[in-house]
This record gives sequence, structure tokens and C-alpha cells, in this order.
Amino acid sequence: MKAQPKQSSSNKPAGGALTPARQRELFVHMLRIRCLDERMLKLQRAGRIGFVGTAKGLEAALVGPACALEAQDWLWSGLREGGAALARGMPLGDYIAQMYCNSNDSAKGRQMCNHFQHKGTHYPSWSSVIGTQIPHGVGAAYAAKLHGKDEVHSIHFGDGATSSNGFHSGMNFAAVWKAPCVFVCVDNGWAISVPSSAQTAAKSYADKAAAYGMPGEDVDGNDVLAVQAAVSKAVERARSGKGPSLVVLKTYRMLGHSSSDDPTKYRDAKEVAYWEGRDPIEGFEKQLVAAKILAKGERAKLEAQLYAEIDAEIHKQEAAPKMPLKTLVEDVYAEVPLHLRKQYNQFIAIAERLGEATPGDGAFPL
Amino acid sequence: MANLTLIQAVNDGLRTAMRDDKNVLVFGEDVGPKGGVFLATEGLTKEFGEERCFDTPLSEDGIVGAAIGMALNGLKPVAEIQFQDFIFPAFDQIVSEAAKFRYRSGGQYTVPMVIRTPYGGGIRGGLYHSQSGEAYFCHTPGLKVVIPSTPHDAKGLLLAAINDPDPVLFLEPKALYRAVKGEVPEGKYTVDLSTLRTVREGANVTVFCYGAMVPVCQKAADKAAEKGVECLVVDLRTLLPLDEEGVLDAAKRTGRVVVVHEAPRFCGYGGEISALIAENCIEYMEAPIVRVTGFDTPFPNTLEHHYMPDERRVLDAIERVASW
Repeated sequence: MKAQPKQSSSNKPAGGALTPARQRELFVHMLRIRCLDERMLKLQRAGRIGFVGTAKGLEAALVGPACALEAQDWLWSGLREGGAALARGMPLGDYIAQMYCNSNDSAKGRQMCNHFQHKGTHYPSWSSVIGTQIPHGVGAAYAAKLHGKDEVHSIHFGDGATSSNGFHSGMNFAAVWKAPCVFVCVDNGWAISVPSSAQTAAKSYADKAAAYGMPGEDVDGNDVLAVQAAVSKAVERARSGKGPSLVVLKTYRMLGHSSSDDPTKYRDAKEVAYWEGRDPIEGFEKQLVAAKILAKGERAKLEAQLYAEIDAEIHKQEAAPKMPLKTLVEDVYAEVPLHLRKQYNQFIAIAERLGEATPGDGAFPL
Repeated sequence: MANLTLIQAVNDGLRTAMRDDKNVLVFGEDVGPKGGVFLATEGLTKEFGEERCFDTPLSEDGIVGAAIGMALNGLKPVAEIQFQDFIFPAFDQIVSEAAKFRYRSGGQYTVPMVIRTPYGGGIRGGLYHSQSGEAYFCHTPGLKVVIPSTPHDAKGLLLAAINDPDPVLFLEPKALYRAVKGEVPEGKYTVDLSTLRTVREGANVTVFCYGAMVPVCQKAADKAAEKGVECLVVDLRTLLPLDEEGVLDAAKRTGRVVVVHEAPRFCGYGGEISALIAENCIEYMEAPIVRVTGFDTPFPNTLEHHYMPDERRVLDAIERVASW
């Protein structure tokens, strides 16, 4: 099978279980994320890219919701949802270009690595500020409702974000407005080094939903089919005008917060070992092999194919052209205002004098 | 033409925009049936319905955050923050999100939205109904900051802000809401952003001001004229992006500059005007550039009339600069 991601045909519940072909697709999406993380970490350690926020252990919590959405739906992300965008059709090249922050990056290298966006699959740009995307998703859902668009907004965030202003205002506004959105809390147990026990006194993050007047559900975030089913249910509820709900995906971040973090300083090795035994890819692989949807040993073949695709894209991104210097002052406003044109021109005059500018980097007309 | 107060002109501007474009919607705290605490949104819910002019839960962070999402999905939100003093819970959404979306997304995602909020003293509102926080926002690339001082400009600048492809913070001088009246054209017209307005011509001293300080400076200029000093009074109208060429031209024309604002002095907007002039045309200056501002203190209640620059303090500065 071809491993390049494709937008799903339809996720509308057709008597419950996903078809075998669809289950295989989900598995490949999960594997792709794992393989990408592995390659990105290598590139980071080799000094080719600056930062990686891996999703190892969270693959089911990314692919399950992605595959519960329709093409017109939006996915509002946190740090680790890049793999969900891939599962919805974001090209691999776009993902890797963003990791390189190079001139092929649709964000023009403005953001640090691991801050994805993809307009084609309705995956808006994310900031590093925790929880701010939550009210954005709610406002966009209000707009969809006002326009009568058949559009659900799936709003993703981590356990730490449940303490943010954005969580509170977003959940509250969404419930008051009956906005067509779904809140997906990926509870991976740790907000960098702060455990959930220090984040909330609630028994579960899902309990918080009741205070806002919406349903909240705890789901095994390492079981991709359970995740897909739970999010599908919440999406259908939103789509049918019944309002928002909160789905909490209980999972575990197997590696550090990022490539700059050493989790052994704050986590118990036993806890990590426990979750290693609950790996979402291995669990799903066993299920698929038992159901004869996947052959024994097929995973290795799929991985080889995925690595080949990823490596080909990495080579392309290594050869990206130089970043145009004018991007320094463009896109601050729709038009580059006079004061920015002047600031740039002073800068480029120095660069030209030192022979650092290339054709196209020249001055703006004043 | 109608003779309107500044607040009526704001209301007329909102109504005109909402009639013109179904994507324009207005929301905030108490802006619905009540029509806002200053009545800026009076009658809008009645005319346009609860889906287009409505009350939100009491959360500035939520109001601005949701407005950003609406703007990203095709609407043109005009959010009201009841008093500028209450805007700080939304500071993050304004400076980290609205102002940065276009840049950080390489132009893929943009946020055409307006945040209207009354600012400044003069209503005995104490610390939390009187502040002038423009400098916080003018330090934020990606944002536009607009302050009208006349009914004509209030409507024209507001319509320009709503049409603008970028987020605009629209600060309304609450002290002038009902203190100034003027001719306002009916229907749609715009006043270009980033253009200043010459309030009064004069060859001796240039006075830069905005918002509620404009009438104060006009009065001071009238008094100065009685003593033979003619002032060129300039209403900046848009603080970000600033009409820098217009400022430099006005400064060069007299070589003597006074900058007036009611916000605290240190790191205030007047410092930027002074530095701009000093960097670009100090050779034209015949006197030090002088600022007249609020004190570097929180905003007081009982003594607010002394905190805010008045005609006497502005006149004193004009005379000092003129006689240097």
C-alpha cells in the first residue's frame, strides 16, 4: 500500500466499527508519526534542526481524533498535533519544511520548529502560549454556526492547558453559545515537569466539563479505535447542533517535553516502564494482526517504506533556497508600512556593503 | 450631515458598518439590549438581532480570543472592552495572538478585527476607569492603534478600522464622548489610518496630541495666540503605524515641539515622538522637545484634574519652548 497520507473518504458512523482498510490507514498514520519523530530527533542531534516536541506514545491520541473529522472541519492544535494534520492530508514536505524553518516553510521560518500550520486541512497556526488557541476555536465555531456551515472545530490542548485562561473562557463561551466544537484534552500526565497531581485537584480533567454545562468523557488515549469512536461521537453531537463536549484522552508522553528536556530528572522509571507496556502502536498492531488486517512482520515493511518517503523529503528540504531577507519585515501588516521599509533599507544597505545580500533582497521603494 | 456627539458618531459608525456588511458583528459585556455602559451600541441588537450584537460572559480574554477565531473564519468582529482598564486579561490574546497571526503564519492566517474600548480620565473613575494604556499596545508590531478626537473622525476612523485587513485597537476618549459635538456625514465614509490631522495652523510652536488632549491643546493654543505665540496643533489620530513623515514635517515647520498625553511619561508615547524628531531632524530644533503628561503614578481619583494635563500646564510648556 502507498503510505502517503490521504484524506479519509468519510468518517460518518456506518454501524460502528471502521472498515479493515480504514483501520490499516490509521495504523500507517500512527507509524508515520513514530518514524518522523525518530528522524527529527536524529536531525536535531546532528544540529540540522533546532527543536523537536515528539509525540512518541501519543500517536493514538493524534490519529484517532484526526480520523473522526470530515475534510471541512478544523483542528486547532497544541505543540504535538502535527501528526494529526498529516493524517488529515498535510503534505509530508510541509511538515519537514516547518521543522527546518526554511524558505519552503509556509510560515516563512517565522516560528520555531514544531509549530505547524496547514491551511488546506484547516489547521491554523499555533503559538507557544498555552491555551490561547482554545477561544480561537470557539470563535471560529461561532462563525461557522452563524454562517450555517457544516463545520466542526476540534480544539486540542494538553493537561497543563486546563489551568489556562483560554481553557476556562473557551469552555464557558462554547457552552453558552452552543458552539459546534469539541474539546480534546490530551492528558499525557506531564506539563513539562509538572504532574497532573500538581495541576488539578479534580479526579479527572473530564470532571471539569460539568461546571460548564457540557458532557465530559475519559477515554483510553492509547486505544486508537476507542479514541476515534469517542471523538466521533462528540463531533456528531457538535455537528447536530447539540453543542460542545470535552473528551479527555489519557495517555503518556514517552520522551521529554522536547529535545531540550531530560525527563529522567523528574519522572520515575517505573512509571515510564508501565506505559512502555501500553504502547499505542504495539497494542494496535497486535489487534490488527489478530484480526488478519495486518500480516505478521508487515510493520517492518511499512516502516521501511515510510522512512524512504521521509528521507526523500529531508533531502529536498536540505536543498531549500536561502530565506529571502525581506521576510524580516513582511507580513507584519497587509502592506509593509513606511517605517518598516526604512528599517529594512538601513539594514540591507549594511548587508550589501558586506556582500551578504543576494539579488531580490534589495531595498523597498520609499 | 448630522450634528452628533462622539459617542453618537461611534454608534452611527457601528450601525453603518453592520448595514453594509453582514459579517460585521458587535459583542462584549452589556453591549446587547442595554446598549453598552456608555450607550455606544444602543439599538444595535434591536436592528441586527442577537446573533450580530450580543452580550458575552464576563471575560475579556474570552471576548478577544473568540473574536480572533471569528476573524480567522470569515467574520469581521468588533469587540468591546468595557473600559480599557479591564483589557489586561486580554493582553495575551492581543499581543501574542491577534498581532502576530499574519506574521507567524507567513500571511496564511489573518485577523481583521477591531477592539473598541473607552480610555482615559475625566469621569472621576479612579485607578480602574481612567487609564491610558496606549503605550503598552504601541510596542506591539502587527497591531494598529487608533484614537479619534472628533465625531467626524470617530466614525470615519472606525469604518476604516473595520475595513482594515489587520487588527485595530480603537481607543475612544471617554472624556469626549458627550463633551464634543460636530458634523458627521451620513452613511459610509472613511478617514485614512496613519494620517495625522492639522487642528490649527501656527508658525511658532508645534503641539502633538491625541484623543482627549486635543481640545485641551486647542484651548492652550488659543491662549498662547493671545500672547503672540502661534501654535501648529497636530492630532496624531493613528499612533501605530504612525504618520512619521507628517510628524517630522510638522516639527520642522516650527523647530519647537511640545508633546502632550495624559498617560504617564516614562516610556510613554511622547518619548517616541521626541526620539523620532531628535533622530531625524534635530538640526531643525531651536529648543528642547518638551513633554506634558500625566504623572508617573497610578491614576488618582480626587485629584484627577491635576493629574491630567490641563490648559495651564500645556500653555506653560508652549511658553517655555517658545521663549527658549
